[in-house]
Amino acid sequence: MECRLPFSLVVFCLVILSSTVRSELVISSVEKFVDLHSHIVRVVSFLKVENQGPYDVSEFVLAFPDAQAKNLATMLVIYLEEGKIIYSEFPINSTKPKLKQSNMTFYPVTLPKKLEKGKTAGLDVYVVLTNLLKPLPKEITQAESQLLVYTDNIYYTSPYHIRNQSIVFRLPGRIESYSEYSEMRLVESELRYGPFEEQPPFSYSPVVVHFENNNSFAVASNFVQEIEISHWGNVQVTEQYTIIHGGAHLKNGFSRIDYQANPSMSGASSFRTLVARLPPMSHSVYYRDEIGNISTSHLRGDSQGTQLEMELRFPMFGGWKISFSIGYSLPLHDFLFESDAGNNVLNITFGSSIEEIVVENQIVRVVLPQGSKDISVKSRFTTKKSQELKYSHLDIVGRPVVVLEKDNVVPEHKRYFQVYIYYKFNNIFLLGKAMMLILGIFLLFLICILYMHADLALSKTSSWEEETEGRK
Amino acid sequence: MGATSVASPAPLNSAPSSFPSLKALKFTTKQQELLIRVSALALIYVLAFVVRLFSVLRYESMIHEFDPYFNYRTTLFLTKNGFSEFWNWFDSESWYPLGRIIGGTLYPGLMVTAALIHRILHFFSFAVHIREVCVLTAPFFASNTTLVAYFFGKEIWDSGAGLVAAALIAICPGYISRSVAGSYDNEGVAIFALLLTFYLFVKAVNTGSLAWSLASAFGYFYMVSAWGGYVFIINLVPLYVLVLLVTGRYSMRLYVAYNCMYVVGMLLAMQIRFVGFQHVQSGEHMAAMGVFFLLQVFYFLDWVKYILNDIKLFHSFLRITLTCAITVGVLALSIGTASGYISPWTGRFYSLLDPTYAKDHIPIIASVSEHQPTAWSSFMFDFHILLFLFPAGLYFCFKRLSDATIFVVMYGLTSMYFAGVMVRLILVAAPAMCLVSSIAVSATVKNLSSLVRAKSKSPQGSGKPLSGSKAAAKASADQSLPFQKNGAIALLLGALYLLCRYAIHCTWVTSEAYSSPSIVLAARGHGGGRVIFDDYREAYYWLRQNTPPDAKVMSWWDYGYQITAMGNRTVIVDNNTWNNTHIATVGRAMSSYEHEAYEIMLSLDVNYVLVVFGGVTGYSSDDINKFLWMVRIGGGVFPVIKEPDYLVNGEFRVDKGAAPKMLNCLMYKLCYYRFGEMTTEYGKPPGYDRVRGVEIGNKDIKLEYLEEAFTTSNWIVRIYKVKPPKNRW
Repeated sequence: MECRLPFSLVVFCLVILSSTVRSELVISSVEKFVDLHSHIVRVVSFLKVENQGPYDVSEFVLAFPDAQAKNLATMLVIYLEEGKIIYSEFPINSTKPKLKQSNMTFYPVTLPKKLEKGKTAGLDVYVVLTNLLKPLPKEITQAESQLLVYTDNIYYTSPYHIRNQSIVFRLPGRIESYSEYSEMRLVESELRYGPFEEQPPFSYSPVVVHFENNNSFAVASNFVQEIEISHWGNVQVTEQYTIIHGGAHLKNGFSRIDYQANPSMSGASSFRTLVARLPPMSHSVYYRDEIGNISTSHLRGDSQGTQLEMELRFPMFGGWKISFSIGYSLPLHDFLFESDAGNNVLNITFGSSIEEIVVENQIVRVVLPQGSKDISVKSRFTTKKSQELKYSHLDIVGRPVVVLEKDNVVPEHKRYFQVYIYYKFNNIFLLGKAMMLILGIFLLFLICILYMHADLALSKTSSWEEETEGRK
Repeated sequence: MGATSVASPAPLNSAPSSFPSLKALKFTTKQQELLIRVSALALIYVLAFVVRLFSVLRYESMIHEFDPYFNYRTTLFLTKNGFSEFWNWFDSESWYPLGRIIGGTLYPGLMVTAALIHRILHFFSFAVHIREVCVLTAPFFASNTTLVAYFFGKEIWDSGAGLVAAALIAICPGYISRSVAGSYDNEGVAIFALLLTFYLFVKAVNTGSLAWSLASAFGYFYMVSAWGGYVFIINLVPLYVLVLLVTGRYSMRLYVAYNCMYVVGMLLAMQIRFVGFQHVQSGEHMAAMGVFFLLQVFYFLDWVKYILNDIKLFHSFLRITLTCAITVGVLALSIGTASGYISPWTGRFYSLLDPTYAKDHIPIIASVSEHQPTAWSSFMFDFHILLFLFPAGLYFCFKRLSDATIFVVMYGLTSMYFAGVMVRLILVAAPAMCLVSSIAVSATVKNLSSLVRAKSKSPQGSGKPLSGSKAAAKASADQSLPFQKNGAIALLLGALYLLCRYAIHCTWVTSEAYSSPSIVLAARGHGGGRVIFDDYREAYYWLRQNTPPDAKVMSWWDYGYQITAMGNRTVIVDNNTWNNTHIATVGRAMSSYEHEAYEIMLSLDVNYVLVVFGGVTGYSSDDINKFLWMVRIGGGVFPVIKEPDYLVNGEFRVDKGAAPKMLNCLMYKLCYYRFGEMTTEYGKPPGYDRVRGVEIGNKDIKLEYLEEAFTTSNWIVRIYKVKPPKNRW
């Protein structure tokens, strides 16, 4: 990839330069911080953009190599102008010029306010990337630490000219090796390259960091969340996880005695507990799997939220898999609001309640009460949507289920994005089930009464015995 | 009591016009009695269910022990894939590489029942999981059993005895042991079916009604579909008929009841694939057939006697017919046996008749703890006061002999014998004990209370007996005795005390002994808190999640069902124990040296070996303690394995003085691998085995062909991976 890049860059530069609007912008300075503490790579870039052209500019283009764009979970752009902060939405449309050699993805950001000529503005780009840390070696024994490799462009990938830039890697611990550059500094666990002056668009030079990272590498390959709404005042949430340790695989088997005798030295990259942050007021929490309840867990609650500390059935080593489910109940009034048009608005957060976890595929099933109508979903990111029916206790026509599916979900989705579901529900349906039960029991008694009063005997003479006795 | 009946009309009479509705509400004594009886029965019904929920409250809603896991797995399959798939299910996950035809080798009654309940609940749109249905099936049927016991008691004695029987059986520990919530086993349903069949049969004999007889045939069919213990019914009923014949109690009622029950029951039973033609071919069922023919001969003779009207002629005819019948019967039996048409008795049946048989001939039956002869203590534990009440009940039965009491006496005596032979058959004896004891309790209490009440009533009141004329007669005869009333009160209080003790004992036993799922172990920690050892599920879940889906796991057969149900992996042997050679092969592998075992494991495609080891926690039913059975069963088929090789002077040891073969066999190595580095108890050397209470003899264990794959947090389950064969070059 690296060898192909320069050629394509030339092509791109030509394309980009030929477009008049973009070439007017120049990035006067970029400072890029790459946080490599967990298995989710978080990149914050502080850009200063200057409009040198004759016109006002309303669009700024962010560029990412395909390898990163493919694993880009979410992005937040903050636009600063003279101290004012304006949040920008996640750029949904990625434009990709139809060029054969391309391995770049472009995200045009519509600026909330036009950047006037000659003016300078700040852009903070916060990017969350997954699956970019590769373990090296791929297999380790229980006694070894996990080493990861991260590869990036030492220059900020951008279609604009950059005057001054630097890149900083924040690492969790020891560094095994790293690319050598002349402008470079290693302070404790911070690796800084730069500053680099006056780089043309799409400058590229690879940088590789090989470092130790023993943080829990939890990847949920599958996560199904079911939110069941009851208008009696309860929300029942069930979350099913299949979690994989995505780090370096374990070789030579697992030895319990080493794990017990020296927990700090042995199995450093393994994890035994996962912490889920449940919403405040959660109650009736359970934690179980296909074969029963898992008794090792702790629940702590305060006004901020409820913290569920789950100890897994077994410690998770590289490549191991585990699946389980947790469930809890919430009061409905925290999530359901009434809109002006008589609609019910359900406000749910999207994402796992477990901290620091990558979800490869998330399915959210919102089970609305029986009899809900006019359902619509509003979310700020793209999800696959579908509807189905679910039959639970005493359902006749079934409950409508809104199914939302999304790949590559990170904790940031939960933090910054809400999903709204609109539907209409007539509260008279609430009484339906109660009436059904009453009717059922009434019928039962009625049948009993009728049976007791009915005479089903064929003949009035008492028994066969008497008849035969009489005959004899 | 008499006072209330006098006092209550008074206020009503004073104001009859103002409360006309109250008059309609007033119950007659008969209605009061009915109300009390029905509500008592309803309470007993609920009690029987609730007392079995200890395990759910203390642990969770889960399946217990070993066999229930298989039942659960098959029920799951049944609900998912439907009955015909279930009936034709070839299970390749067990008995690798042989497999097992599930539909043809199980009693489907339990699974079908649970699936049916599940379907009914879903029909009424109660979306319950099948696991909950399975967990609660046994308590539900225990509740139903109390109803049957009530009607049975009513049939053989009176409704009072029925109520007592229902109450006794609701909490009888002998029955609870197999019917707590989560104990999803055949017996849970089968005891209900057994008692139902007996009740319906006795009812049929008492009434001579075809309908009851047919009902008992269907009860029998349900029993056959549920449990192998149906053999008890098909032998007890003909025995009972025979006894009635011998004692001269032959009647048309008996003839109708038995013939209908036998013929229809047999035809129905043959529909169960696992039974099939055994019902007419195997030796265990021949008694029933013999009695069936005998009844025909009896009926024929009866008819001839009626026609002939000549005693002398009839006697000679009788002699000829009897000789012919017996000759034909013996001839048919011997020809059938010789030609192999009638199969001989199975080993299990033999071991019931002769308790020492299994020990000498079938080690695999003898190795199961629940097949051991019963100790006196467990009789006391499981029956408590019933042990003393049983003989008393027998006395009352003999005093008022009828067809029904004869049946219950025979049921009691035979099942008591079987309970003595095998621990698990205490279960079969439990209903009989409760029924007979209930007669004793009911009759005693009734007699005593009539004595107590006799004085308060007018003297001529005793002239009208309530039910037992003897009780009344006795009451009037003993009128002269001093302190009679006080004595009766004291005895009543004594009976009350005994019954209270029984209730307390039953609750205690249920909560302490019978409500542990045995998958999850609980112990008291140092601080007095409860420590839970969930190692089994930890290991099984690890297998389920982190081994290839087609991995084959070798373990001792005890854990087979659990591995397939919870671990979802293929096993070599499981609790079905239908193939002794296969089990012996595993036993041989476990007791061989590692390189020899490796050959066996390769030939069986084994990928993982699972052993259970209690040396760290002090969990005593582990594989080392079961090891001698592996040697015996393995040695029974492969003479290479000799028991004395593993013993030192006839003693089983694991410390330094152990036999060299013991110290180097596969089981020893797998259990104690790297155990020598571990300190289990303060003040003891490393490698101290807490179950055996010794320091192990071989601390330097090297594994050449296997590697440790997983060990649970308390070391109870250890899993090893079999390495692939080395390249030759």
